[in-house]
Amino acid sequence: MTSAISQNPMTPKPGKPWEPTLKERSQKILNFFISLGLSFVLLFTTGLNGKLGWFIAFFISFTVVSFIAEFRRAGKPAAQDSLLTSVSRFAITLAVIPIVSILATVAVKGWRGLHWGLFTQDMAQATVNDPIQNGGMLAAIVGTLIMVSLALVFTLPISILTALYLTEIKGKFTRPIRFLVQAMSGVPSIVAGLFILSSVIYPITGERTGLMGALALAILMIPTVARTAEEVLLLIPNDLREAGLALGATQWRTVAMVVVPAVKSGLVTAIILGVARVIGETAPILLVSGGGESTNFNPVSGPMGSIPYYVWKSFQLGGTEESSQRTWAGLLVLILWVLFLFTIARYISSRSQKR
Amino acid sequence: MTQVPAPRELVTKPRLSDQIFRVIVTAGGMSSLIILGLIFAFLAYRGFGVIRVEGLGFITNSNWDVIEDESSNIVSQDYGLAAMLVGTILSATVAVIVGVPIAVFSALFLEFYAGRKIRSFLIALIDLMAAFPSILFGLWGFLILMPSAEYWAKLLNKYLGWIPIFDVPAPFFTRSPFIAGLVLAIMIIPIATSISREVFSQTPLDRIQAAYALGATRFSMIRAVVLPFGRGGIVGGAMLGLGRAMGETVAVYTVLNIVYQVNWQVLFGSGGNIASLILLKVNEADREEVNALMAAGLVLFLLTLVINAIANVLVNRLGKTGR
Repeated sequence: MTSAISQNPMTPKPGKPWEPTLKERSQKILNFFISLGLSFVLLFTTGLNGKLGWFIAFFISFTVVSFIAEFRRAGKPAAQDSLLTSVSRFAITLAVIPIVSILATVAVKGWRGLHWGLFTQDMAQATVNDPIQNGGMLAAIVGTLIMVSLALVFTLPISILTALYLTEIKGKFTRPIRFLVQAMSGVPSIVAGLFILSSVIYPITGERTGLMGALALAILMIPTVARTAEEVLLLIPNDLREAGLALGATQWRTVAMVVVPAVKSGLVTAIILGVARVIGETAPILLVSGGGESTNFNPVSGPMGSIPYYVWKSFQLGGTEESSQRTWAGLLVLILWVLFLFTIARYISSRSQKR
Repeated sequence: MTQVPAPRELVTKPRLSDQIFRVIVTAGGMSSLIILGLIFAFLAYRGFGVIRVEGLGFITNSNWDVIEDESSNIVSQDYGLAAMLVGTILSATVAVIVGVPIAVFSALFLEFYAGRKIRSFLIALIDLMAAFPSILFGLWGFLILMPSAEYWAKLLNKYLGWIPIFDVPAPFFTRSPFIAGLVLAIMIIPIATSISREVFSQTPLDRIQAAYALGATRFSMIRAVVLPFGRGGIVGGAMLGLGRAMGETVAVYTVLNIVYQVNWQVLFGSGGNIASLILLKVNEADREEVNALMAAGLVLFLLTLVINAIANVLVNRLGKTGR
């Protein structure tokens, strides 16, 4: 029966009318080559030059060529559609170019400055213009680790309590507080540094230490962690809370034993994103932590170095090949940290989505 | 004779443990209010003297001079923020003009054009870019972007030089507000893209499908449905980017040639912004100048706070507009 139908010459073969025909495909390839040629013509006849100039020329000619081709094929609506398609493709390419360029630059330039001593020596006995084998980033790495972990200690209770207030208590201040947390995430990092300078360093301690750096970083970290934590807490179905209450638990036991364990991985993600946000902060660190050359494990006395400070100093005081290698090696270490944290955060969130 | 029983009490009082819990969480929830209030209070306390002496001139004057005699006693001092205020607005405006269109069209691409795999890869890449430290953008802008941006600046000057802001007093194109603005544009692309994308993704599916069912192309669907719906979000994302760009310190300090004078000409290599002025002066300033810098920080803080507040209102009000 089925074979009879398929052999019937009157029944058309099942086709895919939405797929481009051979003619349309060849038109597209033709468009590409025409605009490729046109772009070189533009390059030689106008003031454009260089790789980016060629890219712009190619974009302009491709947009125009496909606009005309679509106009001839299907009129004005199709032509407008093709215009938007090319413009948005162009935009995403422009957005991605800097990322790729930054990553490539850091990898290529930072690679030469890497050596094992970077992680075992500090800059107490070396200047930024010394041969690259002298000195390293030990003080910077230790300082960053101490400051970021201290900042985390300050941030964690405050931001989790804020998130809990926004999702569990739902008092009459919920909307204003949510608004203020959003506003706080826009506080410029240098203002956080100035605040610590004016409120703690000048009137009380009079000394720039790692603790001050941690306080400044905490101010920048709280909104990021609080907002991410709020988002994951909002994803918890209300059924879970009601189930806890229906079993006779008080609200605080419901939160502590049902809600928070359910979002554990989300909270870890929030913490990691917060750390990634502040690990490269430079401006407040330059203002409040002093920036030491020798390794300092004590956050309450003496200046403390950090990776951004190391990069900053190598860049500002240098001018030689060695200092440039130091700068980019420091940036490479920094970006590897960020990449590492970012990969973990994505891994955790993708794993918790699957469950 | 029937006695009417007293009405049963309906309100249950939370237990002691819950009361304590609520007090602690509420106190924690107020922390953002307290921190913002403290920032304002301390900066105002330090900067108040300077603002009182200078008056409105603190914002409209453009002198930042401390004159000392031989024994380094301060003879006269004069603080006015106008030059840096102009620089802040100029570079942030360039950033928004360049960055936001790129971000909005990128968001359109990610939401309506890209295939699933490319989409999630690009989103991860752009999110990663948001986590890049600003010092990295600054150094990259200084070493890699500057040469080609200088070429574009010259091109702009050559063809559009008759417009006053694209004119230059001397052919000095490196380290200009224009190039700083380009670096800032690259820095705000991730946040503006992710906000626009979020807004676009909330477009009701039935409206999109209704537009397609009426025979709309992707272009006319986006113009008739997505853009009217997401207009507030786009503007809000742009303003969040503006706030970021105004408060940026290290990247501007690295790229820009900081000169304390009012410079409206975007392509000319001189300028600055408030944040970079603070970073430049704070470690060598004496007591009184530090107070002036605190006042400058207060101006910056209030400026970004207002812009962020407007932006958040615009983004959150979403969903009540559109056809």
